[in-house]
Amino acid sequence: MADITHSDKPAGEDTGPTRRDFLYLTTAAFGAIGTLGFVWPFVDSMNPAADTLALSSIDVDLSPIAAGQSITVTWRGKPVFIRHRTPGEILAAEETPVDELRDAQTDEERVEKPEWLIVVGICTHLGCVPLGQKPTDPRGDYGGWFCPCHGSHYDTSGRIRKGPAPQNLHVPEYVFLDDTDVRIG
Amino acid sequence: MAHGLANSSMKNPVLRWVDERLPVLTLLHKEYAAYPTPRNFNYFWNFGALAMVMLMVMIVTGIFLSMQYTAHVDHAFDSVERIMRDVNYGWLIRYIHMNGASFFFIAVFVHIFRGLYYGSYKKPRELLWILGVVILLLMMATAFMGYVLPWGQMSFWGATVITNLFSAIPAFGDQIVMWLWGGFSVDNPTLNRFFSLHYLLPFVIVGVVFLHVAALHITGSNNPLGIEPKGPQDTLPFHPYYTIKDTFGLGVFLIFYALFVFFAPNYLGHPDNYIPANPLVTPAHIVPEWYFLPFYAILRAVPDKLLGVILMFGSIAVLFILPWLDTSKVRSARFRPIYKWFFWVLVIDCFVLGWCGANPPEGIFVVLARLGTLYYFFHFLILLPILGKLERPLPLPKSISEPVLSPSPGGGRVASGATAKPMDKA
Repeated sequence: MADITHSDKPAGEDTGPTRRDFLYLTTAAFGAIGTLGFVWPFVDSMNPAADTLALSSIDVDLSPIAAGQSITVTWRGKPVFIRHRTPGEILAAEETPVDELRDAQTDEERVEKPEWLIVVGICTHLGCVPLGQKPTDPRGDYGGWFCPCHGSHYDTSGRIRKGPAPQNLHVPEYVFLDDTDVRIG
Repeated sequence: MAHGLANSSMKNPVLRWVDERLPVLTLLHKEYAAYPTPRNFNYFWNFGALAMVMLMVMIVTGIFLSMQYTAHVDHAFDSVERIMRDVNYGWLIRYIHMNGASFFFIAVFVHIFRGLYYGSYKKPRELLWILGVVILLLMMATAFMGYVLPWGQMSFWGATVITNLFSAIPAFGDQIVMWLWGGFSVDNPTLNRFFSLHYLLPFVIVGVVFLHVAALHITGSNNPLGIEPKGPQDTLPFHPYYTIKDTFGLGVFLIFYALFVFFAPNYLGHPDNYIPANPLVTPAHIVPEWYFLPFYAILRAVPDKLLGVILMFGSIAVLFILPWLDTSKVRSARFRPIYKWFFWVLVIDCFVLGWCGANPPEGIFVVLARLGTLYYFFHFLILLPILGKLERPLPLPKSISEPVLSPSPGGGRVASGATAKPMDKA
């Protein structure tokens, strides 16, 4: 400590870290950590809040939906399509050769129970909601959904078959609580 | 040099390219690095920079709070509670903002009293001072409207009382108050316009602060001796000398600020503001935030409605003409043996007024508030003009560096060879 008023470097030795380097680096590191610690709460405040997260799963009663009918429920601010598929629709979905699909997935990978197809009703192209929920809607060439924005066709498993969309309609996380009640999210 | 590229001292070719076309870096260097600053600042000169930091903190936290806030009478209170309970770190951001208002005022009040003590408002810095008073007024308006936003009982009744001040205006009072409210009472239109203005005014403050700093850099800073620097031996470059001094002061200031934010976040607030606004019931004891208490005391000291309002606004207005009220040529109170004492009387007076403002207007507090109000105006309007003529100031040093660099008669201590050679041109 006695020679702190002198040069940090001993005479004749001009390489290697000095006391001054150490002070600079520790100060800068301290400042950087402090800044990050200050910035993080602000960044995190823009993430979903606790009350938003608390509403992130919904329970749906499927019993009123007859075969061939579809309903749309809102989950995390998005439409979720639930279709009670007819045996014909299930067969069409299961018999589609997987190798001619753009986003290869078998029907079994996309459903828990074959008669219930549950997908997020947002076209994977640019986010429109495809038509096909109402009986009067066009359902596209493959009997599933048709997106009016840019003409994507989805089949009865919600898979992309024709048009610009790159992926199948997404399948949300869900579990069957019993035969007719499902929890999405 | 009418046309062409600006001269730049930048070494980095990219920075140089920019700087030659838009010399912001040269400007920054000139105003914040090389800027010659009197070498004898004490820590009271930190508070301008501290106020600037607080303004930035308030703007940043305010922007993030406004992302979660709902300006509607039915949702405002709940949206603030949601910030406190559900939004990630919402409690922290709100407490920083809430207490930030108090610490902004602490910084600004110290800054103002420093100016009063060292005569920073005197020629040639009159306009600099006036811009500062404008900033104070804008801050008061912004703080008041911000306090209304949580829509608690104090928000609502504070808004009602302050807007009703304008009903004292003769003839047009009631129309003006209805115009302020956008209705027949403080209600949703009032809340919406207060939110809009509370977001706008801080940026107006930034603009006036820019002018304040620009004016400062024309005249140069005052200093504890109140005499102008006579040459380079009296000044230091702003960086690193005062950037470091300001940073150190900021560290100390932030410790106290953090103590309130983390350990006593509601100490400076009122519990009544956690009760949702109720237009049918006024809280039993209604007081403004602490930084308004002295002004509130002046308002209540006068038994006449219009006169009370006039005196309250007059207590700020008098600051605008202060540079011409103080007739003394000597700036620093260090060399004004009588003014020095009256300065401290004024400080105590402001605390007494604040104390009166915090208490119900009855008994001793009415008397104290009246005496305090009387002294406040006596100090500025009568004492300062007269004192400048009567007082005999102490002899001023020849220059800022002289007392440091010259051999002092008492100790005979000579400045070491490391410091600059004295070159008094006085």
